[in-house]
This record gives sequence, C-alpha cells and structure tokens, in this order.
Amino acid sequence: MPVKTEEMILNMGPQHPSTHGVLRLELLLEGEIIKGVKPHIGYLHRCFEKHAEAMTYPQVIPYVDRLDYLSSMYNEFGYVTAVEKLLGIEVPQRVEYIRVIMGELQRIASHLVAIGTYGADLGAFTPFLFAFRDREKILSLFEITCGARLLYNYIWIGGLSHDLHPDFVRLAREFIPYFRPKIKEMNDLLSYNKIFVERTANVGILPPETAINFGVSGPNLRGSGLKWDLRRNDPYSVYDKFDFNIPVGEGRMGTVGDCWDRYFVRILEMEESLKIIEQALDQLPEGDVTSAIPKRVKPPIGQVYARVENPRGELGYFIISDGSVNPFRVKVRAPSFISLSVMDELCRGHMIADVIAILGSIDIVLGEIDR
Amino acid sequence: MKTTEEIFNLLKEKFGESIIEFKTGVPVEDFIVVNPFEIDKVCTFLRDTDSYQFNNLMNLSGVDDANGKKITGEQGEVKLEGRTFSLFYHLESMSLKQKVTLAVRMPGENPEVSSVSEIWRSADWHEREAFDMFGIKFLNHPDLRRILMPYDWEAGYPLRKDYKNPEFYQGMKVPY
Amino acid sequence: MGLLDKQFTDDNIIITKVEDVLNWARLSSLWQMGFGLACCAIEMMATSASHYDFDRFGVIPRPSPRQSDVIIISGTVTLKMAIRIKRLYEQMPDPKYVISMGSCSNCGGPYWEHGYHVLKGVDRVIPVDVYVPGCPPRPEALLEGLLKLQEKIRNESLVKKTA
Ligand code: SF4
Repeated sequence: MPVKTEEMILNMGPQHPSTHGVLRLELLLEGEIIKGVKPHIGYLHRCFEKHAEAMTYPQVIPYVDRLDYLSSMYNEFGYVTAVEKLLGIEVPQRVEYIRVIMGELQRIASHLVAIGTYGADLGAFTPFLFAFRDREKILSLFEITCGARLLYNYIWIGGLSHDLHPDFVRLAREFIPYFRPKIKEMNDLLSYNKIFVERTANVGILPPETAINFGVSGPNLRGSGLKWDLRRNDPYSVYDKFDFNIPVGEGRMGTVGDCWDRYFVRILEMEESLKIIEQALDQLPEGDVTSAIPKRVKPPIGQVYARVENPRGELGYFIISDGSVNPFRVKVRAPSFISLSVMDELCRGHMIADVIAILGSIDIVLGEIDR
Repeated sequence: MKTTEEIFNLLKEKFGESIIEFKTGVPVEDFIVVNPFEIDKVCTFLRDTDSYQFNNLMNLSGVDDANGKKITGEQGEVKLEGRTFSLFYHLESMSLKQKVTLAVRMPGENPEVSSVSEIWRSADWHEREAFDMFGIKFLNHPDLRRILMPYDWEAGYPLRKDYKNPEFYQGMKVPY
Repeated sequence: MGLLDKQFTDDNIIITKVEDVLNWARLSSLWQMGFGLACCAIEMMATSASHYDFDRFGVIPRPSPRQSDVIIISGTVTLKMAIRIKRLYEQMPDPKYVISMGSCSNCGGPYWEHGYHVLKGVDRVIPVDVYVPGCPPRPEALLEGLLKLQEKIRNESLVKKTA
C-alpha cells in the first residue's frame, strides 16, 4: 500500500522577516514540497488611485514617490513622462540629463537594497551591511540635491524643483570610482559564494515564454535571457544618447532564468548604470531647469499610457484627463505586482526554504504591489 | 508596424459587428472599441496571428466613466442611470514592436466582460483588481476574488466615483 | 543613572534600588520586533544597518513577537493589517512598548483624507508610547524616539503607575 501524505496549508506572513514587507503567502504543501502558492496582497493598500483623482497633477507627485519607495526618483520620472506626453511639452536638455543621472543613481540604490536583503534572507548578513553602507553614499547625494533621503518630490512636471547643488557633479564623479571596486567586493562576498550559489542556482527557473505571458519585465525578464530593456527598446528621455549594455542571464551557475541569474543581472546592471551616469555627467548641458514648468497643469481631454524602465521593470502610468486640473483616472502598472503573480509558477515543486530564495530574487516592493 | 487604424480596418473585416468603433483625435492615443463579450476572441486573434503577435498585455485598467443621469429614488437613494464602465487593454508586440489599445464599454447596472486571463496570464491579477475596485465581473475568470481590499469588505467598490466610505470596519473607525 | 554612579566602591557589592536595576536592564536591551510596514521601514532598516547602527543601543531585531520588547510600527497601517498588528501586539510578553514611526502610523499621514483603507493612527488599535513624526523620519529621529522611550522606562516604578 503506498503511503499517502496529507496536504497541508502553511501561512507565511504578513509578518515574516523575509517577505519584504507585508505579504502573506499561503503555501500548499505535501511534506516539504510546494504544491502551490497563493499570494494574498493588499495589506498595504493605500488607495493611491483614489488620491490621484482628488489631487491636481503636481500634487500627485509626492504620492507617486510613496508607491515604490525604493525607487522614488524613477516613479516621479515615469509619472512626469506620462503627464508631459499628455501636455505635449518639451523639457530642456539639462533637465533630461539630470533626470537620467538621478534615475540611474536610484537604480543602483534600489539594486543595492535588493542584493543586500537577498543576502540577509539567505543567511548572509554581511552583504546587507555592505550594501547599506554604499547606499548611504547615494542617499547623501540625493540629500544635497533636494534635502530628502527617501521620498524626494524632486522631478516636477516640465522640470525639476531646483537645480543641482554646485558640489553635486564633483561628488557624483567621486562616487563612481569609489563604487566600482565595491561591485567586485560584493561579487567576492556573495555572488560566487558556494553556499549562496547552492541555494540559488537551478532554483525558481523562469522560462522566457512564461515570463512574457505573465508580463514579467525588468531584471526578472532579462534574467531569463531576453534582451528587453525599455531604455533601449522603447527609448524615452535621452537614453538613446548613451552607450551601455543590457546584461542578460546566461545560466552561468545553473540554468538560464534561475534565481542566481536574476540576482546577477542586478549586479551587472549597477555597472551599466555607472557607465550611464559617467556619460551623462560628461555631457551635462547648461540651462535653466525650471523654465518649462507650466504655471497651471491642465491637459486636454485625452489619455496616455507611458512607461519607463524602473529598477524593477516596466512601470507604466495610464492617465485619463477630462480637461480639468485633476486627473480623471490614474492607473499604475506596477512591475512588482506582475512579478509577484508568477510566484506560483516558480515555486511549484521546490522546497519551503526555496520560497525565500525565489521571493528575494524577484525583488518586490509591497508599496507598489498594493498601491 | 501597423497603425491603430490599419488594425481597426483589418479587425473590422474579420470580426464585423463586434468591433464597434475607432476612436481617434483623442490626444496621444487612438483606440478601438470592442464588444465586451467578444474581446477574448479578438485578443486571441491578435495574439496568435503572425502579422500581429501581440504577446504582451502591458496594462489593463478599469475606468468609471462617471457619466449617467442622477435619479433620486423614492427612499431618497441616488441612482445613476445610464452610467458605464470601461476597460482599457494596452497590448504590445515585443517582436514586431507595435502597440495597440483596445477598449470595452459596459453598462453600469451589470458590468460583465469576457476574461482574457486565459490568453495572457498577466491579466489574471489585473482583472481581479478591476473587480475589486469597480465591481466589473469577468466571465470565465478562474478565481475572481477581491485582491487588495479585505475579503469581507462590504461597502462596495472603492474606485467608483459614487463610492461612500463606511463609518466602521470591524470595530475600527475609518474616517479621520 | 542611579546604578552606575554607585560604582564598585565596596568590593563586589552594589547598592541600588530594585527598580533601578530592573529599569536599567530593560532599557539597555530593548529587543525590537523586526517588522516593516511601508516606506518608513526602509528608514528603520537603514537605522539598523551600518551607518546608524541601532545595535549600540541594545536594539536587536527579533523575528518573533514572543521574544521582543518593543514593536516599531514603521509605516502605514491599513485596515486589513490593523487586525494583524493588534494580534502581534497581544502576543508580545509584558512589559511591552510601542514606537509609532512616521506620520502614517501617528495619524494617517498623507493618506488621512482619501484613504478609505488606511487606519488613521495606530493608536486606534494599540497603545503607543512614543510618536516619531516625519515622513519618513530620519534615522536620527528614530534614534531620538528610542532615547525618549528609554527615558520613559528609566522612570518607571514597580508600585506607582507612571503613565
Ligand atoms: S509616514 Fe511617510 S514615509 Fe512613513 S510610511 Fe507613511 S508615507 Fe511612508
């Protein structure tokens, strides 16, 4: 007679140190093996879309910051891109360059948190401390620019709230040679660490077709070996003026599209971001950053869907305007919202401990998932 | 790369009546209005035909059109007659680099639409969200539950324009 | 500090009040429940990471409510989450302390007006000892909040109710 095991349901979260916030996963188990994962979200539903309808266009920007609080600059960047498209205004070149610099710095900061916490999830605490040490440097750059460490309200519709600090360019230039060796340090510390590789390689494999069908984007999609980056494939702002590579997962430690690949794409992307920042600092034109800010933002009746490549993937804003000063509807296409929905597919057949490895590798931010 | 108008004409030939309208002249975006019960067929066609290959659903958003006349009933309750809900589908073909926007309109009393979650798995959660926020029902959706609000939320669908917040939820005061 | 000024003058004997010893012990190792809610949690993480180093105040994150003394409500409390927060709080052993970090958990923050799903202040479900204002509060502000909590604990009495 074959031995039958009963299926068991295990709840993980909403308070769990490795769920990166308030996420509840309902795991259906057979012994240690995962039969299915049901994510329950909404524990941080802060009604962003309702707020956006009650605010004027510029007033929405602080709320946009709070969606994906690890990459606030990029959220603003995406939102203003959408509104500017709706208004049909051109912004000065200097503004575009500064936005790109800020966006790429933000990408590094965000990836550092992703990498650091991923290490901490898998039991390596030191990378977390190292990553946060370097992140502080970027935050201090933001701080001299706009005074805030986390939520900036810096990128405005048509411009920026104010120009760069006179020291900024020097400090940013100093940051690049400081940070380059740190990437190598992180590789030695974590990426090629035997234990880390054992826990992440060949775990949570995401084939490219599944990824596309689920709408997964960003580093998670590139981890599956697909060269798809909106900065290159659907260029916005001034990204077409820079020379950078799009790293993809190659299956160096296991199969293409496993957790290690997704993780390593982030490491490689930080290097590319540094390249972009370097070029942007070299080409930074002079000009007035507030000249194109409209006095009153009142777009014509219409709608727009604009998207940018946020550190987590394709961040899209769908804005409908009814011709008044308040947006009629703002819908955010949040990259982590989509990435999380693929959890079930990734986890099935793995062990419980792998859930942590998989969840960390898709790098979610709950603020953006729940909005 | 095809423009929205070309796609509209081709679809009109293929599907006839179920393609309702081509909206243009709206700043920034043109879109095609489709019959809500045919949207799944149209989408399958758009995904699987070689000259379209719309393999990626970028976004799916519900909208309360906030139209309709206010009618006060006998007990003083306010009803909106003739209101509609809309859904917008933003499709993209990653291989052919083309994009198109589809829309459906549904009556306010009983908004129903065919689900496209079989075609793009990403639609699954987007549709649950539209159900949660607007009360739009997706026929043939595998698991249509609330997604963001608590499962026992009884006060209705928050993103509707006539939504009223309850005073209490499980003994907690909700308003400021 | 009532304890340490009496130093080790008489060989190995320290004379002090039971209250002082208890309070001193409590305030110097406040184990925090490692639990983040929203944007403020990132600042809380930054506070416990290398640059600001929460550890030097004896604050060590614990994953379980049953091992922790202080819970830092770091972020927006939604209605769905409030029920869970209440339960987590109830599972903590006495004496327990609550730091409410950020405007959101103080009073609803930016979401006070249209937030149909946001609890306007965590003090509607659990008692709060220290409020740290800011959106998000800087790590220094959170440290200050912790020092305020320590001050509060230092003045606690076994017999008299202080609060
Ligand atoms: S107080 Fe501000 S930073 Fe903190 S959780 Fe609320 S919105 Fe985020």
